[in-house]
Amino acid sequence: MFAACLVEGVEALTIVLAAGMTRGWRSALAGMGVALVVLAAIVAVLGPALTVLPIDTLRLVVGGLLLIFGLQWLRKAILRASGFKALHDEEAIFAEELAAARAAGREPRGIDGYGFTVSFKGVLLEGLEVAFIVVTFGSNQDNIPLAAVAGVAAVLVVVAAGLVVHAPLTRVPENTLKFAVGVMLTSFGIFWGAEGAGASWPAGDAAILALVAYTLASSLLLVDLMRRRHSRRSLEPGRGMAA
Amino acid sequence: MIGRVRAFGAFLYDFVIGDDPAIAIAVVLALALAGLLAAWWVLPPVVVGVLGWSLVRAT
Repeated sequence: MFAACLVEGVEALTIVLAAGMTRGWRSALAGMGVALVVLAAIVAVLGPALTVLPIDTLRLVVGGLLLIFGLQWLRKAILRASGFKALHDEEAIFAEELAAARAAGREPRGIDGYGFTVSFKGVLLEGLEVAFIVVTFGSNQDNIPLAAVAGVAAVLVVVAAGLVVHAPLTRVPENTLKFAVGVMLTSFGIFWGAEGAGASWPAGDAAILALVAYTLASSLLLVDLMRRRHSRRSLEPGRGMAA
Repeated sequence: MIGRVRAFGAFLYDFVIGDDPAIAIAVVLALALAGLLAAWWVLPPVVVGVLGWSLVRAT
């Protein structure tokens, strides 16, 4: 969960840094601040609401959502690892955001609307994923405060690193983290989804360890198969990258 | 107003469903089958199969 929040934090930081450096820190930090307040409100409302649901219904819904999220993360990470999709390059995204921010017209005084909106949207969208992961893991383990602390800690690590380097965190191996998070989300999704649907795991909670090993091994095998497929495809003329 | 509702709907779709809607559909069907059979062994092979199928379709 910590790693998932770390990845989302890196993506949000890239956008805030680009907005701050081109449109002024006041607007970028204001946008980030308002987005964090909105996120806190979402967690405060969603957290208690989820704990009211029967545990099996909660596990079925949460398991299903974690499976969908986990498989989407794994899909992207495998496509990148096998060469079918470009690696997520924070430096390129940072350059794109900088160019877009510089091209937009500047407001004469006060809070710059463009900088505020870009920063607000970036932090809110990436933060929503963090909030979702915090609420689902926390409610399943009946400990939302601990999950929230882990999520906030991950975001603080990213912010501290961003303040130190004052540039996008290009050295974070984002695709590896995304792959690892995809494996974890998928494994927990399988476990909770099956339990919520009414099935019982042979070894109880210990089955999670076997599921993580199974998902990891299967995903590595898929990376290998997709790399071979990519090698074959690159020999054929007129083939491009996947969408 | 309608534009904002549409934009929120599009955001929600992109946030939950993502790049390949077939994954979400397959997950719902697999959970239903696991519930119908009350069997833990349904999800692991189906999940890996769906992931492999989605990767092949994307390439």
